[in-house]
Amino acid sequence: MTTTIYVPCDTTALSLGADRVVQKLQQAADQKNIELHLIRNGSRGLFWLEPLVEVQTPYGRVAYGPVEPEQVDELVSAGLFDGNPEHPLFLGDISQHSYLQQQQRLTFARIGITDPICIEDYIAHGGFAGLKKAAALTTQGIVDEVKVSGLRGRGGAAFPAGIKWQTVLDEPQNQQKYVVCNADEGDSGTFADRLVMECDPYMLIEGMTIAGLAVGATLGFIYVRSEYLLSQKMLDEAIRRAEVLGYLGDNVCGNGRSFRLEVRLGAGAYICGEETSLLESLEGKRGLVRSKPPLPAIKGLFGQPTVVNNVLSLAAVPYIMAHGGKAYADYGMGRSLGTLPIQLAGNIKHGGLIELAFGASLRKVLEDFGGGTFTGRPMRAVQVGGPLMAYLPESQWDTPMDYEAFAKLGAGIGHGGVVAFDDTVDMGEQARFAMEFCAAESCGKCTPCRIGSVRGVEVIDRIRAGEHRDNNLILLQELCETMVDGSLCAMGGMTPFPVQSVMKHFPEDLMASSRPVEA
Amino acid sequence: MSETTDPKAAVKSMLVAGDWSPEIVRQEVAALQHKPGALLPILHAIQDRVGYVPEDAVPIIAEMLQQTRADIHGVISFYHHFRTHPSGSNLLEVCRAEACQARGGRALERHVQKRLNVGYHDTTADNEFTLVPVYCLGNCACGPSIRVNNDIIGRVTSQKFDQLVDALTTSVLQLK
Ligand SMILES: Cc1cc2nc3c(=O)[nH]c(=O)nc-3n(C[C@H](O)[C@H](O)[C@H](O)COP(=O)(O)O)c2cc1C
Ligand code: SF4
Ligand code: FES
Repeated sequence: MTTTIYVPCDTTALSLGADRVVQKLQQAADQKNIELHLIRNGSRGLFWLEPLVEVQTPYGRVAYGPVEPEQVDELVSAGLFDGNPEHPLFLGDISQHSYLQQQQRLTFARIGITDPICIEDYIAHGGFAGLKKAAALTTQGIVDEVKVSGLRGRGGAAFPAGIKWQTVLDEPQNQQKYVVCNADEGDSGTFADRLVMECDPYMLIEGMTIAGLAVGATLGFIYVRSEYLLSQKMLDEAIRRAEVLGYLGDNVCGNGRSFRLEVRLGAGAYICGEETSLLESLEGKRGLVRSKPPLPAIKGLFGQPTVVNNVLSLAAVPYIMAHGGKAYADYGMGRSLGTLPIQLAGNIKHGGLIELAFGASLRKVLEDFGGGTFTGRPMRAVQVGGPLMAYLPESQWDTPMDYEAFAKLGAGIGHGGVVAFDDTVDMGEQARFAMEFCAAESCGKCTPCRIGSVRGVEVIDRIRAGEHRDNNLILLQELCETMVDGSLCAMGGMTPFPVQSVMKHFPEDLMASSRPVEA
Repeated sequence: MSETTDPKAAVKSMLVAGDWSPEIVRQEVAALQHKPGALLPILHAIQDRVGYVPEDAVPIIAEMLQQTRADIHGVISFYHHFRTHPSGSNLLEVCRAEACQARGGRALERHVQKRLNVGYHDTTADNEFTLVPVYCLGNCACGPSIRVNNDIIGRVTSQKFDQLVDALTTSVLQLK
């Protein structure tokens, strides 16, 4: 008798002992003479339930979680191999879980269900349908479909992808063009890019290939941050297999056009997520930000026309091509169309990946999905969109997740990371950290950012020490304005946002002297 | 960044200077130099093989790529990932970013530094651990997170950290 068992292999499941769970399961099966068919699937993104073990039974896949390695023997005794429901960790059919049922998963429809590396699995679940359609269209036809979808870049700036692609397409055809995938995912609280690469890598390959066909590029680079070695490994293997089956290479899907992909590793620099800095890095240089214009779409990698898109932007494209741009645009609100992958992180009970049509309120995300804080204490502040974005006090949590609504608050959605803090947070420390992070990660090209961030840390320290507090608060305000107005890129230009939000909404913490360090 | 003026580290790099040879560097450069924008892949390859990018590798890379030494040095020093000195037996990265802070990351950082008796970018006296800060490992829903060599570990508590240190140091002794 063979029993099929699924144990996820993404970084989070592994970080919580998934490999040891597998070992224990194998040992238990050997003892019972059960033949195990072990599938290392991706994570479904319900991280508080990881490692999530699923068993194939005659009545479907049933789940147990979170399974610690030490609990495996007990679970096996309780009938895990038969999907026995009599155990506190039994969860039943996980796809019926309210956390998943309430989502609109378009991009992440396959995640956690399939074996990430198995290309047959990918195809069986609708993979490459979009690429096949694109291969039969004209370049303009593909770009038009993306325009109809209303897809805006998910990397932070929310620029319409179709317009960017059009610019590259309109550049003369007799030159080398590139597609570059920005997989630097440097924002704290974000992991959706990582999940795509580790749990459904062919989707990114498919999206990039469609982009290549659309603009006439024959070569693509995926710039993966050096912290994501598992992503690199998964992508390299997936690219190799996609080439063998003709989804990449000299004759993509038999339409005679050529597209190849190469993964490149970054080297631990946050600023290399900024697209021009990323291009410099890919060219083998220091990651100094280039001033724009020229736009990368016109003069990008090695001076050639280049599409630079985030992982999630490119990963949305296979759905758009397979189901039509309109099907995608039917989700969302206002000018924020389609779905937004939200990453719920920090001090949160039910952290994980949520894909929702634009427009759900932040409070819904925090309460209905997050279930409150991990520590069980009251929630006090939420940072949405990464380290360069504002901290939101409770009075702002009813804002809908929509680019324009967040911009009105002086906040942003960025890459969709939502980081929750409980009431033990020292917001003065958080403001100081924003400056400290900028000082550590500034590319150094312009003075307001390079010097301003160092001075910012010093001024905040003086405020917290009670030195000339009023004058130093004015100085901090002015320093923030100088950085906003005088910086070349958003690193220096947005670092003041978290600081200003603390000055405005949590001034009592900024004024309080820093807490004594407990030994 | 990876640059250190610590005299201990300098001594260490002399001790292990035999671990690499100009030939190794030449091999790695030759294998990759045909690629467009080859420098980062080359530096990764050297660091993966030798454990760091030796300062004396710079002139070799520069000559083979027909760039100046200052160019090569400038790239190495820009990126946090590249080291110019060997690290201890275990490379320990602790996430310092916001989502981990929200789950007790700051207290964990203090515990780690106290337990190992080192600051960031330093190596313990027994050469077992080199401590490095990292800003996000993508494990932000299950922090605080650390990475030991290539393994990311989530929900790290002080006790869990101490157990890990004990396990790593005893297994090394057994190997010897
Ligand atoms: C400091 C800074 C860091 C950034 N980091 C990232 C990143 O990690 N990933 C990303 O996709 N975009 C990042 N961006 C945005 C990119 O510059 C660019 O807008 C994006 O890659 C374009 O792709 P999209 O249109 O698909 O979003 C960053 C921007 C700045 C200013
Ligand atoms: S704002 Fe900062 S990161 Fe951006 S270009 Fe200026 S120095 Fe570089
Ligand atoms: S903030 Fe620590 S892993 Fe992301």
